[in-house]
Amino acid sequence: MAKPGGRHKWREALAGYGFMTPVILILGGFLLLPIGYSVFLAFHKVNLLGDVSYRFVGVANFERMVDDPRLWIALRNTAKYALVVVPSQTLLALLLASILNLNLRFRQFFRTAFYLPTVTSSAVLVLIFMWIYNANGLLNHALAALGLPTYNWLGDPAVALTGIMLMNIWSTAPLFMVVYLAALQDIPDALYEAAELDGANAWQKFWRITVPMLRPVTFYVVVMGIIGTFQLFDQSYIFSAGSGGPNNATLTMVLLIYQYAFKVLDMGYASAIAFLLAVVIMIFTLVQRLIFREERY
Amino acid sequence: MRGRTKWLKPLLYIVLIAYAAITFIPFLWALSASFKPLEEIVSGGIRFIPKHFTLDNYRTIFVREPLFLRWFLNSAIIAVSVTVSNLLFNSMAGYALARIRFPGSQLMFYSILAMIMVPGQLTIIPTYLIVKYLGWLNSYQAIIVPMAAQATYIFMMRQFFVNFPRELEEAAAIDGLRRTGIFFRIVLPLARPALAAQTIFIFMGAWNEFLKPLMMMSEKAMFTLSLGLNTFKGQYISFWNYIMAASIIMTVPALLIYIFFNRYFVKGITFTGGK
Repeated sequence: MAKPGGRHKWREALAGYGFMTPVILILGGFLLLPIGYSVFLAFHKVNLLGDVSYRFVGVANFERMVDDPRLWIALRNTAKYALVVVPSQTLLALLLASILNLNLRFRQFFRTAFYLPTVTSSAVLVLIFMWIYNANGLLNHALAALGLPTYNWLGDPAVALTGIMLMNIWSTAPLFMVVYLAALQDIPDALYEAAELDGANAWQKFWRITVPMLRPVTFYVVVMGIIGTFQLFDQSYIFSAGSGGPNNATLTMVLLIYQYAFKVLDMGYASAIAFLLAVVIMIFTLVQRLIFREERY
Repeated sequence: MRGRTKWLKPLLYIVLIAYAAITFIPFLWALSASFKPLEEIVSGGIRFIPKHFTLDNYRTIFVREPLFLRWFLNSAIIAVSVTVSNLLFNSMAGYALARIRFPGSQLMFYSILAMIMVPGQLTIIPTYLIVKYLGWLNSYQAIIVPMAAQATYIFMMRQFFVNFPRELEEAAAIDGLRRTGIFFRIVLPLARPALAAQTIFIFMGAWNEFLKPLMMMSEKAMFTLSLGLNTFKGQYISFWNYIMAASIIMTVPALLIYIFFNRYFVKGITFTGGK
């Protein structure tokens, strides 16, 4: 900008640090410090009564996980949940985005409308769905009207997790639909035009051009979906009033961490689980970033 | 070919309309319940138009439940403060990283990139302990300060400013403006699209946040709406009419922001992948 000189450089550096100061303080105090602190906690037994005190226990917190039945239940629920929710929401998102990408009328309206669940608070969504899942509620009325069996959606361990799955497919698919839509718009028209010249029909164009071109985005959507599964909390907390019930059917990893930290007050063990969960999530993120980048550039 | 496309289009519209119905029905059902008296709700049946339309549910939660208005204000104070501080701090940092040369800027940039990948679950417990140590439990700053800047959006602002035309800033510098003046008078007003995209995600994130208030706020008067709604459930175990009225009230502000900033939405999502 101005003449490069000693005073100017000095002033620039000062401006740079000045502009960065709020962020350094906030991220330093509430992100960097907590990261280090969480590793420390994971290797300690934390006593919260009176002044907080710590006792070093080595890897005891990690060893304890192996024999923790509730941890395995939470993992099994997460796996079940991911196996159903991730493919369903990905396919649904792709289907909706593909239709919205066609030159149909009112597509803007439909896009805006479909996105509605994503802007709504999870607390509100869960309460609305609990109201719908109620024994005498809308869903059972609709099922009965269609001659299908009705369920005790809130109280029966066999279907409680299904209830949360349905709700989450419904509320997350629109988010990934928008991601897909953006990716679809990036596919060059020339590819489709060339295929048309070769006599390809709509179906062939979809399978031979659209799907392969969307591979990196699909990978992204799947990985983000899996990570979202690991992070599930609000829904199962509100659904089960914090217990993870009925009979641990809605227990998730983060709910388990919350229970150990704030109900059992065993913050060391809870931190150890959180640490392991974070490592798993970061591995997923890293793999996705590396592969995504390779495909993109 | 012609024959096939003829039936395809109506079929696609049917799919779109069916999915729009699936999207809207839960909301309409909630809206309808919020205008029904309790007797009509518990009697069951599928009736979207209330038989006895009433505004009593809304009147009750605002007038007879003294804390509801307080919860609404708490949510508003937190969401607005978090949004404003993020817009300011993330833009300042993003601008510094994009434009100003200072020792350590590269290190800071890569640290911020790395921080984007750290999942929030890792910092829940230590953040709680730090907030507790500071004596901030049951205060607004317990939620506002830890959320006041976010690595993802610092990166987004940095990318935005990197592609920002330099000429304007250079002209302003010749006119004698310093960095601070250039930033606040020239750059920030022109960054409106990026700020709008940030506003949507940050406001909604803070307004809808559940876990942080659950940890930090144990006094009922400091609850946010998302927590307050949840206590409604225990308190009025079968009073779904009040719960639905409160849910509708909570949805309106986020909905307004969404409609108002809608055109910046897609851009923001493709950048952040939502969260």
